[in-house]
Amino acid sequence: MTDQTPVTPAEASLEVAAQVTDLPEGAIELEVVGVRHGAFGSVDGGDTSGFGGLVAPIVMPGPSFPPYGGWFDEATDELALALADRGVPMTTAVEKVVVHCGEITFVVRREHLLTFVSALRDEPALRFEMCMGVSGVHFLADKGRELRAVYPFLSITHNRRVRVEVTCPDTDPHIPSIVSVYPANDWHERETYDFFGIIFDGHPALTRIEMPDDWLGHPQRKDYPLGGIPVEYKGAEVPPPDERRVYS
Amino acid sequence: MSTDNMSAEDVAYESAIDDDAYADSYDTSEGRVFTLSGGDWDTVTPPSEGEKERIVVNMGPQHPSTHGVLRLILELEGETVTETRCGIGYLHTGIEKNMEYRTWTQGVTFVTRMDYLSPFFNETAYCLGVEKLLGVTDEITDRASTIRVMMMELNRISSHLVALATGGMELGALTAMIFGFRERELILDIFEMVTGLRMNSAYVRPGGVAQDITDDQVARIRETLPLLKKRLKDTSDLLVDNAIWMGRTVGIGYLDLSSCMALGITGPILRSTGLPHDLRKSQPYCGYENYEFEVQTTDTCDVYGRFLIRVGEMHESIKIVEQALDRLRPGPVMIEDKKIGWPARLSIGSDGQGNSPEHVKEIMSESMEALIHHFKLVTEGFRVPPGQVYSAIESPRGELGAHVVSTGGTRPYRVHFRDASFNNLQSTAAMCDGSMVSDVIAAVASIDPVMGGVDR
Repeated sequence: MTDQTPVTPAEASLEVAAQVTDLPEGAIELEVVGVRHGAFGSVDGGDTSGFGGLVAPIVMPGPSFPPYGGWFDEATDELALALADRGVPMTTAVEKVVVHCGEITFVVRREHLLTFVSALRDEPALRFEMCMGVSGVHFLADKGRELRAVYPFLSITHNRRVRVEVTCPDTDPHIPSIVSVYPANDWHERETYDFFGIIFDGHPALTRIEMPDDWLGHPQRKDYPLGGIPVEYKGAEVPPPDERRVYS
Repeated sequence: MSTDNMSAEDVAYESAIDDDAYADSYDTSEGRVFTLSGGDWDTVTPPSEGEKERIVVNMGPQHPSTHGVLRLILELEGETVTETRCGIGYLHTGIEKNMEYRTWTQGVTFVTRMDYLSPFFNETAYCLGVEKLLGVTDEITDRASTIRVMMMELNRISSHLVALATGGMELGALTAMIFGFRERELILDIFEMVTGLRMNSAYVRPGGVAQDITDDQVARIRETLPLLKKRLKDTSDLLVDNAIWMGRTVGIGYLDLSSCMALGITGPILRSTGLPHDLRKSQPYCGYENYEFEVQTTDTCDVYGRFLIRVGEMHESIKIVEQALDRLRPGPVMIEDKKIGWPARLSIGSDGQGNSPEHVKEIMSESMEALIHHFKLVTEGFRVPPGQVYSAIESPRGELGAHVVSTGGTRPYRVHFRDASFNNLQSTAAMCDGSMVSDVIAAVASIDPVMGGVDR
C-alpha cells in the first residue's frame, strides 16, 4: 500500500470518467456510475493482496440507437408521434434509450414524465394499461443523477413491457407523481419515498408506508448504514455485515 | 364538547377514563375523541345535537381475521363501513437492503422468506432476473427448469390451500380450514423430501436448483397426486355449492375490470373479471409454453368468483405437475458454466444433511485448484455484468416482479420486488367502502395478502 491519501469515489469517478469518455468519434457514450477500488473493498490499509491500487470504473449499459430490433422500433416511432401530438418532441422528453438484455428503457427527463406516461397509457398503439410500481436506485457517486426512479410498464393488449427511468439529484430529490395517471402507483411511490427520500410531487398523501412515521432517514439509500450487531463466536468477534471486508 | 356543559355523571366518567392509559379522551379540531379498548362503550357520552358521531375501528394488526399483521382502519356508521384504510409495515424486515450485503447466491436465502406461502416463486423470480443479467437464460438445463415448474405448481396448490383454509376459517367454515391445512401437509412433505425444508427452502439457485431429485422422490410425488386430487375435491365440495358460503361471498368485494387496470391488480382478482391474463401463457418462462393447462376465469368480479378460480387453478396445477414429472429426463440440474454453478453435487448424507463425499475427496486430497475454485466461488461468489432487468412471473397472488440491478460486483447493487400482495391490498378500499363489516373480512380474504411479501 502507498501512503498517499486515497482518492474519494467522486474524485476518482470524475478522473476515470474523463478517461473513458475520451473516445473516438461515433463511439457510444458510456454511463459511469461509480468507481471500484482494489479487489477486497478495504480502503484503510490492510490489503496485502497487491490489488489495493486497482481502480476500475463502473459502467452501466450505454445508450442504444435505432434500429433497436423487434417491436421496439415500432413502439418508439408511435411514442414519438404521440409525444409530438402532445407538443413535446421525443428528443426533449427522452434523454436516451437503452436496450439491454432484451428489455427497453426510456430515460425520461422528469419535467416531461407525466406527458410521457399519459402517452404510454392513452395511445391505442401503445396501450400500457398497467404500471407495475416504481423502484428506486441510489448511485452515490454519480453526481447530479444520484437517485433513479424506475417504472416497469405492462401492456396486456400488445403483450409488451417497457421500462421508464427518471433521475434526480440528491440535492433536489423531486420527481412528479404519476398517481393521477396510474393510481396503482400510490403505495409504490410512498414506498420509494420511504426508502429513498424521493419526493413525488403531486402525490395525494406522500407519507411513510413501511417504516414508522417518526423514522429518521431513508434506509435504502447507499449512505444509510445496514446496522446490525457484532456477533461473538468462540471468543472472536464477527462484525455486522456492512462492516465486513468484501470482495468489491 | 366543552367541559362546561357536562353533567356530574359525565365528569365522573371523564376522570375514570383519564385514569385508564389505554382509554383516554382528548379534544381535537374536529371535536372530542374517545379511545376505547373494549367493554367501556358506556363511558362515552353521546354527541349532543348538531354534532356528528364518527366511529373509527382499528382492526388489527393483531387480529385473527386479517391474514397476519395487517391493520385495517375502518370508519363505521353502524354496521356499514364508510371508509377503509390499510396500515402496513408491521412485518418489514429489510430483506431488500440485506441482500445488498450478501452474494448473489446468498440472496436466495432472503427472498424465500418474503412471501412465505410461495417461497419457490420468490426464488424463481429472483433467479430468472439474475440469469437474464448473466445472459445464461438459454443455458439453464431442461431438468432444472422442469423441476422449477414442478415445485412452483405444487407451491401454487399449497398457497391456494392456505388461501381457502384461512378464508374459510375467517368466515366460519372451520372444516375447510382443517381440510385445507391437512392437504397442505401432503405438499409440504414433498417439499421437505426434495429440498430438506418444509418452507424457506432456498432451493432454486441462480443457474439451476440446489440439488437433484431422485427417482424414489419422483415416484413418491406420483403417489401423492391422486390422493391430493381426491382430497382437493372433498375440500371444494364443502364450499362450492354451500348456501352459507355463497351467502357470504357472492356479490361481495366487487371489483370490475377497469378498477383492476387502474389499480394494477393481477392474479385471481383480475381473472375474476373475465380477463384471462396469466403470465404463464402470455410471457412464458421456465418452459411453460410446453405445458397444457387452462387459464381459469369467472366473470362475477366477486369473492365467490375468486374462490372458484383458486379451486380451478389447483386442479390445473396438478395437471402441470403430472406433465412435468413426465418431462423429467436425466441430466444436470445446474448450469455447465463452472464459474456460476457450485461444483458440489449434493446428496443426502447419513446424517440427513446435504453432503457430497466425492467432491470432498477431490478438493481435500486430489486437486488444490479445485479447492481454490470452490473456496473462491463460495466466499467471493460470481460477478454479474452491470445492468438492470425486470423479471416477472405469475405467483399465486398475481404478478411477482423482481427489479435486479448490478454494477458488476459480486453482490446485488439493488433488488426490488414488486409483490402482488402489496399492490393488490390497495384495492381494499375499493372493495369494502359501503359494505358491512363482515364483508370486509371476506373481501380481504379474497385478496389473499401475505404480509411477509407485502412488507418484505
